[in-house]
Amino acid sequence: MSDEDDFDLNDLDDKELVEQIQDDLYDGLDAEVTEGTEILLARGWDANDVLGEALVGGMKIVGIDFRDGILFVPEVLKCAGAMKGGMGILRPILAESAEDTSLGKFVIGTVKGDIHDIGKNLVAMMCEGAGFEVINLGINNPVENYLEAIDEHEPVIVGMSALLTTTMPYMGVVVEEMEKRGMRKDTHIMCGGAPLNQEFADSIGVPAYGRDAARSAEMAEEHVLGLRNKRDHR
Amino acid sequence: MTTTTLSSASKEVTIGFGHPFVMIGERINPTGRKILAAEMKVGDYSRVVADAIAQVAAGAQMLDINAGIPLADEPAILAEAIRRVQAVVDVPISIDSSIIEALASGLEAYQGRALVNSVTGETENLERVLPLVKKYGAAVVAISNDETGISEDPNERFKVAKKIVEHAADYGIKPEDVVVDPLVMPIGAISQAGNQVFELVRKLRSELKVNTTCGASNVSFGLPQRNGINNAFLPMLIAAGMTSAIVNPLHPELVQAIRAGDVLTGVDDGCGSWIKAYREPTADGSDVRDGRRRRKRA
Repeated sequence: MSDEDDFDLNDLDDKELVEQIQDDLYDGLDAEVTEGTEILLARGWDANDVLGEALVGGMKIVGIDFRDGILFVPEVLKCAGAMKGGMGILRPILAESAEDTSLGKFVIGTVKGDIHDIGKNLVAMMCEGAGFEVINLGINNPVENYLEAIDEHEPVIVGMSALLTTTMPYMGVVVEEMEKRGMRKDTHIMCGGAPLNQEFADSIGVPAYGRDAARSAEMAEEHVLGLRNKRDHR
Repeated sequence: MTTTTLSSASKEVTIGFGHPFVMIGERINPTGRKILAAEMKVGDYSRVVADAIAQVAAGAQMLDINAGIPLADEPAILAEAIRRVQAVVDVPISIDSSIIEALASGLEAYQGRALVNSVTGETENLERVLPLVKKYGAAVVAISNDETGISEDPNERFKVAKKIVEHAADYGIKPEDVVVDPLVMPIGAISQAGNQVFELVRKLRSELKVNTTCGASNVSFGLPQRNGINNAFLPMLIAAGMTSAIVNPLHPELVQAIRAGDVLTGVDDGCGSWIKAYREPTADGSDVRDGRRRRKRA
């Protein structure tokens, strides 16, 4: 960047600043996104609006360009880092705010016996970018981890990942346990991973198969918006 | 010098220090290949056979066969795929499955000395796979992860590899018949993934004195122009001391890069394989050198 491009974020009006944060998020500029977030808050913005308009708005663009092959994994991981910077400031405020505009909680993890991390993290990030509060359980999760997380967080969606033909049947185990405990009523289940397909997903009773990170986040969002529509029409 | 010898019914291939790098063709794997998966599932092996022939023609010295298809009878499909492939090409095969029953059924169907792909450092896995490897007198790929996952520390992964080699010895499997896979992680997510593997390969070669292999293309996951990364990665692995890899030989640039690696590490004696593969053909397509020799003899 040349010196001419240097400017003070404080000089921008609100609309310009939101666009600038989105651009900085796209470029994975952690410090700039953090600073922009702080400025909006200092101007009296509600944390929910900062999240929705600046960060989620920015990550939506990232998601679309990732899906379309314009952005690549290392860039998207940087975007996620920048998003984290902004979220670090917003999260404590959001936790105390009465109004909740988040899409809800999304618990995600790779199943037992499987140590593949990256694809699952991309989904986690895209979902966070879509406006979910994501609880990432990491890799190699026995069924107990999912059940505990569901009890603790009451997520609207649980997502499972597996990258091996030997580990993907374990998703069925988790589904069964959730079924037994009556957890499926309030918790939507999604699954994904390289060897999976729609047929397998159907076979374990989880029709929501996300073929890639961007599509998974879209499906998660569609699910929640669908629920809200139903509720509103009641 | 460590050598791992694999065979089919009629052909031997040696993976080893001082030997040309062994390309193990990766194409016969239904993961991510929807049409292939659907065909194999219903017993149509035409694409499997065509892939086998094409990969060997392109320079693969061995073939990997994987039949990991969701909701299918993997043991039966893997065995049949092996029979079909062995009927049309004579290169040794790497029998690739994470399901023990599939490995057993593949080994039963196989003619020759196979490479079993794979065993991990997890105790339960070791105890199930190694007796099978011993029973069929096969060699085995050892993946350097265990119950705790994949460490980013090459020293930890080295320990896991060492543990597998020691367990194998307990079952009467020689260290030279354990080919270690140091596990290649995507460089786009872990910036030191390349250096980790280079360091580990050097250590595995100098200290544990074992052959090595890997699924190399994972390195470029999530990046544009993946072939560019892969084509550079292989010679770097060769320079670090890797002796084989599971690759797509249908990329001529990759095959050329690997052969160049052999030339530059001095294992292609007199650059013979390189010259034979890349000498400009004469107008009538005949090989100049062979032609002269024939004339002299006549």
